[in-house]
Amino acid sequence: MKSITRQKPFAEVQQLLEELDRAFIIGCGTCATMTRTGGKDEVLEMKERLQELGKVITGWTVVPTACDEMTEVALRENGAALRDAGCILVMACALGVHRVGIYVDRPVIPALDTLFIGVEDGPGHFHEVCAQCGQCVVGETAGLCPIALCHKGLVNGPCGGTNNGKCEVDPEKDCAWTLIYQRLAKQGRLDLMRKYYPPRNFQVVPRPRGVKLVSQETQL
Amino acid sequence: MTRSLREALNSGKFVVTSEIGPPKGTNIEKMLHHIDLLKDKVDGLNVTDHQSSVMRFPSLGGCLFIKERGGEPILQMTCRDRNRLALQAELLLAHTRGIRNVLCLTGDAVPVGDHKEAKGVFDLDSVQLLRAIRLLESGKDLGGNNLDGAVDFCAGAIVTPEAQPIEPQLIKFAKKVEAGAEFFQTQAIYDLDNFAKFMRYARQFPVKVLAGIVLLVSPRMAKYMNDNVPGIFVPQNLIDELSSVPKEEALKKGIEIAGRMIAALRRDSLCDGVHIMAIGREEVVPDILAAAGLLPQEGKKEG
Repeated sequence: MKSITRQKPFAEVQQLLEELDRAFIIGCGTCATMTRTGGKDEVLEMKERLQELGKVITGWTVVPTACDEMTEVALRENGAALRDAGCILVMACALGVHRVGIYVDRPVIPALDTLFIGVEDGPGHFHEVCAQCGQCVVGETAGLCPIALCHKGLVNGPCGGTNNGKCEVDPEKDCAWTLIYQRLAKQGRLDLMRKYYPPRNFQVVPRPRGVKLVSQETQL
Repeated sequence: MTRSLREALNSGKFVVTSEIGPPKGTNIEKMLHHIDLLKDKVDGLNVTDHQSSVMRFPSLGGCLFIKERGGEPILQMTCRDRNRLALQAELLLAHTRGIRNVLCLTGDAVPVGDHKEAKGVFDLDSVQLLRAIRLLESGKDLGGNNLDGAVDFCAGAIVTPEAQPIEPQLIKFAKKVEAGAEFFQTQAIYDLDNFAKFMRYARQFPVKVLAGIVLLVSPRMAKYMNDNVPGIFVPQNLIDELSSVPKEEALKKGIEIAGRMIAALRRDSLCDGVHIMAIGREEVVPDILAAAGLLPQEGKKEG
């Protein structure tokens, strides 16, 4: 599982830093490195571009996994440079941005947009396979999620916009229901596609979502 | 037209429905003109619901005008713009205003339209909407609550007989029937042999099928639809036929082709009727009906 990100247009980063002339940059050694949006190379490139604009970069680091608690240690090691900065520019996904925000009292500015949780199909090719809807349906859809893979998130089969196995929103995109149909046909399980699926539950875990693990003793 | 669509569908006659495209704006003159022109010539008039995800005057609004002017409205309802609360509420309103026909669609995707950054809702899909109607008829809503006054609708759906692959569409067709669809209006068909094949499948089910007839106005439009509209396939011989006449006569040729197809469908009892879509050319629908031999002879009208 990877958090797939895209760099914000530089003009937007520039606008977010308008009043902030001294920045510390944090990259992430995991997902953002893999997507080449917030690894060491991208952090150094950002540093140079901001310096060209006359910004002072008080320091930078690429933490191993920005979203986990070890980030606190990495930030402590850079205490002086952080204190010297007016803001922290985070080149990690939103989870990393959130984590950094817990530990610093400076403004935390995201340099990336978090797009989806996805997988890498091939070098440089990422796509969404799970929309984290909280009610997994793939047991009846041949392992392919129509919530994530169908543009409309349909659960009762394809719409009329499907065209030769492609989607009406983008001829490059596969129609999820054609794929599901083909797999179910191969498995001899087309009856699952004939079954009616009721309206989805959008309140499996009401937003803002959170869960608390309950220990066995408490449950008893 | 005093007879309801359901009565027409069950009468055994060849049923004709057509559609009204509502305006983008508040100038309703043209829409009202089209309603007045067609209301007594067809068994029902659909009003499209932000067709192709282009924001327009609402379907329900158009249906209210049809009702007011003595026509038989067919409310097109997509699931793209309203969640289950809004859809149910609109059905309650429609029922109290005498609208008795609903065509349930999932709806085109938002990015194909003119508000590309809008949120697509799709809280329900077409099958679930059909079931919701049947549930509201039983006096309950989707939340499991009792209604103070239930609805009653002749519910329909759509199907794309020329989709590739066709099997997933046929499965969904059966699901829509099971969910309560009484009639189907199909996506445009041009290949009658292929349509006959589809009808052999559809005839197993207790539903009425109205073949979709989209008026061809030029060879360019036919090619455009082939390239851009999922599930529409205009065969080359029809494109050639449209090209065989001077440009200014292409519309006349298109009317002739539509009339000829309708007459053939009727002659061979291939289906229960037709749904004529003259997208933007509603004023020629009477000409199509005449070309199909479906209008009473001129001069005998008063009788």
